[in-house]
Amino acid sequence: MIRKFILVSFTVGSCLLFLFQLVALQLFKSDYTERSLSNAIQERPVYSTRGLIFDRNGTLWVANKPVYDLMVVPENLLAFDTISLTSNLNISKEELEQKIKEAKSFSYKLPSVVLRQLNMEEVAQLQEKMWKFPGFYFQKKSARDYKLTAGANVLGYTSETNRYEIKTKTDYELGEMIGRQGIEKNYEQELRGKKGVQLFQKDRFNRIIGSFEEGTFDKAPEKAENITLTLDAALQVYGESLMKNKRGGIVAIEPQTGEVLALVTAPNYDPNELVGRTRSKNFKELVNDTLAKPLFDRSLQSEISPGSPFKILNGLIGLQENAINSETSFTCNQGHYYAKGAFMKCHCGIGTQSDLIKGIYNSCNTYFAKTFMRIIESQPSPSEGVDLWKTHLEKFGLGNYLGYDLPTGKKGFIPSSNYYNRWYPKGSWGASTIISNAIGQGEILTTPIQMANFTAIIANRGYYKKPHFRKTQSKEESDLLYPKNTTLIEKQHFETVIEGMHQVVERGTARIAKIDGIEVCGKTGTVENFIRLNGEKTQLTDHSIFIAFAPKEDPKIALAVFIENGYWGGRWAAPIASLMIEKYLNGNVKRNWLEERMLQGSLEAEYEKPLLGKPFTINE
Amino acid sequence: MIFRVDWVSFILYLFLVCFGIVNIYSTGFTEAGNPFWEWGTSVGKQFWLFVVSLMFLPLILFINSNFFEHLAYLLYGLSILSLLGLFLFGQKISGATSWYLIGGFSLQPSEFVKITTALLLTTRLSSLQMDFKKWSAVGQVLMIIALPMVLIVLQPDAGSALVFLGLFFVLLREGLDLRILLLGLGLVVAFIGTLLFDPLSFSLTLGVLLFLSYLLILYRNKKAKKKPFLIALAISVLFSFSVDFIFNSVFEQRHRDRFNIILGLETDTKGIGYNINQSKIAIGSGGFFGKGFLNGTQTKGRFVPEQHTDYIFSTIGEEWGFLGSSAIVMLFTLLILRVIYRAEKHTQSNSRIFSYCFASLLFIHFFVNIGMTLGLVPTVGIPLPFISSGGTNLIAFSLMFFIYLNLDASRLY
Repeated sequence: MIRKFILVSFTVGSCLLFLFQLVALQLFKSDYTERSLSNAIQERPVYSTRGLIFDRNGTLWVANKPVYDLMVVPENLLAFDTISLTSNLNISKEELEQKIKEAKSFSYKLPSVVLRQLNMEEVAQLQEKMWKFPGFYFQKKSARDYKLTAGANVLGYTSETNRYEIKTKTDYELGEMIGRQGIEKNYEQELRGKKGVQLFQKDRFNRIIGSFEEGTFDKAPEKAENITLTLDAALQVYGESLMKNKRGGIVAIEPQTGEVLALVTAPNYDPNELVGRTRSKNFKELVNDTLAKPLFDRSLQSEISPGSPFKILNGLIGLQENAINSETSFTCNQGHYYAKGAFMKCHCGIGTQSDLIKGIYNSCNTYFAKTFMRIIESQPSPSEGVDLWKTHLEKFGLGNYLGYDLPTGKKGFIPSSNYYNRWYPKGSWGASTIISNAIGQGEILTTPIQMANFTAIIANRGYYKKPHFRKTQSKEESDLLYPKNTTLIEKQHFETVIEGMHQVVERGTARIAKIDGIEVCGKTGTVENFIRLNGEKTQLTDHSIFIAFAPKEDPKIALAVFIENGYWGGRWAAPIASLMIEKYLNGNVKRNWLEERMLQGSLEAEYEKPLLGKPFTINE
Repeated sequence: MIFRVDWVSFILYLFLVCFGIVNIYSTGFTEAGNPFWEWGTSVGKQFWLFVVSLMFLPLILFINSNFFEHLAYLLYGLSILSLLGLFLFGQKISGATSWYLIGGFSLQPSEFVKITTALLLTTRLSSLQMDFKKWSAVGQVLMIIALPMVLIVLQPDAGSALVFLGLFFVLLREGLDLRILLLGLGLVVAFIGTLLFDPLSFSLTLGVLLFLSYLLILYRNKKAKKKPFLIALAISVLFSFSVDFIFNSVFEQRHRDRFNIILGLETDTKGIGYNINQSKIAIGSGGFFGKGFLNGTQTKGRFVPEQHTDYIFSTIGEEWGFLGSSAIVMLFTLLILRVIYRAEKHTQSNSRIFSYCFASLLFIHFFVNIGMTLGLVPTVGIPLPFISSGGTNLIAFSLMFFIYLNLDASRLY
């Protein structure tokens, strides 16, 4: 009786078919689990707020503040009072409509950003009226809050990651804050902390509808580290005010530790300009200012001839290599013939007898030209002489990156014998060919921070610790991270040149830098410089340079000041350096007349000269 | 009489409905909860309609079983009228005019027509005059089934109409020519074969196969006739080409898509294939033990459309895993087999026939619904009896089940 079993066999057959399919789906095809997780669970990173930045005395420098992104979910939009919204937000109707259009083309169900980083005041005005604008809401975020307007060049800035970056930086989310320059970039890992993760249950429109399993699988973020800088905020602020309306840089270092006390570049910008809604507009303006170059850190990136301060180094090398001794003296007749028919001028009177100390405080070109020739000629060949000289200079941290903890810098340049062999083939060069290097002109190039560093070496009588910007927590850590780098010069030679540098301030070229009660040692520099103007090499007003440290015994601060086109060293650089020293060591400045002159002084007229398109005079 | 009631089936029924309510609760669950006594939620509706259904139980159980036979014509007539009435007063919901809206209730008459058609079929088939050798008698019976089907197709609700084809199992049991079954199966094979390949190669393959089997039979029995093979071949070829024509020229794209996806001719997880894909993800991710009650991520995220109604089985698969879903498959099988078993043992033909109707309709829902959820059968929107949320369906199947209990209990020993 087959009829009885038709429905039975269909039923049993279906049952077996279904069980077979269930086994296949649930017990074997494991990728369904992953597919389920990928479409139902969203991992959302959780960040610790970015680490704070303090100065060496614990002054809060960089904090965080809440900012708000105005978001829109197109699906929830209803007709609203456009004018009320646009007037409160200060945008045009067209702009708003464009944003909404973009949001719609992205997704109807998911939120899109309409306006980024509104500040608290802007939001406060709108917050109570938000019920009138269905579909819009504010999303809180965190942005940098700079408590001091100084130090932008050291601190750097942050901005949101873009679509291209996140392809390589897989650890980052789109729109996450990332350090772009300075401390923010260099200590990104520490300041950012380790992000945690929160799991959310999504619905079929990718909307989040709640936490997943009440947060059982969430991971809290690791707290971001705060950073204490070696900078002295007060000194930094003071330095920046002194540099107003001038171009150049100041680098101040604590010699014993290598801690950078101030790093000033001028012109600079207010770091708060690179936060918030107007960020991109402001940033564009800064980038496009190709004349003043506010984003170019002159204290780290300007490669200039060091000028007369470099004579100190030549003196030291001369002493070490027995080219001269502390008693050696030379005669200067308003200069001297260093080769047949080649005269180097000097401002000494005719028949001036100078020993090393006098050579330093009078900045005698003849003295150091002769010393330099003796150094080069102390070796069998000029090549070996130059290379010996270079070896010494490299020990002073010149000709290469110093390795400090900021992302920008320049190497500077110290020529080698190879360099001259390329310029003058067949060995047709000698000490006299490269004589300009004796007085810090010629081929050598240094950056202001390199100059400050060799000043610190002199102050330390023969060693330096790598300049750095993050303060270590203990002396042990400091010793470990920053070992002494010693030069090849014996300690007693430093005492001689330091006496010379002291005399510079007492009776020499920088008497204006003298401070009551503090023994200041320094050296002025007046550096010839040229630009290419309409295809012609054109000389501009000299750079004003000064290096100094104080006090003479147990120095607490060493610094280099570089003022573009400031004329002679004693005119701008020495007074500014002196004021910085007084401010740092005494806490306040007594010489108000000098302070006033520096604060008010402007070189803007000097900087305009080459731009006006007509002949101009320099060094006036 | 109360002792003769099929208690095993009744307990299965109670379990299935309660388990259904548990899963409907889960599909509607949010962090804010899902109060199941509230009428506004689908789980609340299901719960109260279950209570209402149970109130019919004593009433139906104590009616004299002959009563149904007497009322069969009247009830059938009324239900056909209610189908006709839809064209005047019906409410259009998602494209089909299948509902009456009476004070917040939406009532789907096609669900009740299943009962009345089964009752009339029972009456007709159990009458002594019924003779399956007579074409007129067969035609009469087919008319009883075809009339509501046509009216329902016109709504248009092809899915609900399709269910009536299940009643052919009853006719086959009661004496319909078995070659009809072979023809039906043959047509299904021809249909799928045509879609998978093309009419020409399908026809050629079939011709070769039939010729070989003819030769085989000829080898063993010299008197074998050629004619049935030739007829079969002719019908198949004709059918194959007409299927090709109908499929490509008469069907709408959405119909074609449904078949193409099941046959694996098309993969489209975003458009038409979205439901099936999400349903399979939900079930597949359940694993052996399932994610647990209220813990289904796919269910919570509402990824499977119509999950509380037609796709309720995907929730079971996700939250209760292989254990739960295979148990439900086996419980349904058990219930159907038990109804058939009791029917075959029954002494009265009308009880047997009605039980068979019930078992057939239960089977066709079970097969189409779970088959669709598992991605084995083309998408046809019909609910899983007793489990899916959907008021009329629960009441209608409950009533049919209670009538089964009544007729089943009225045995003469």
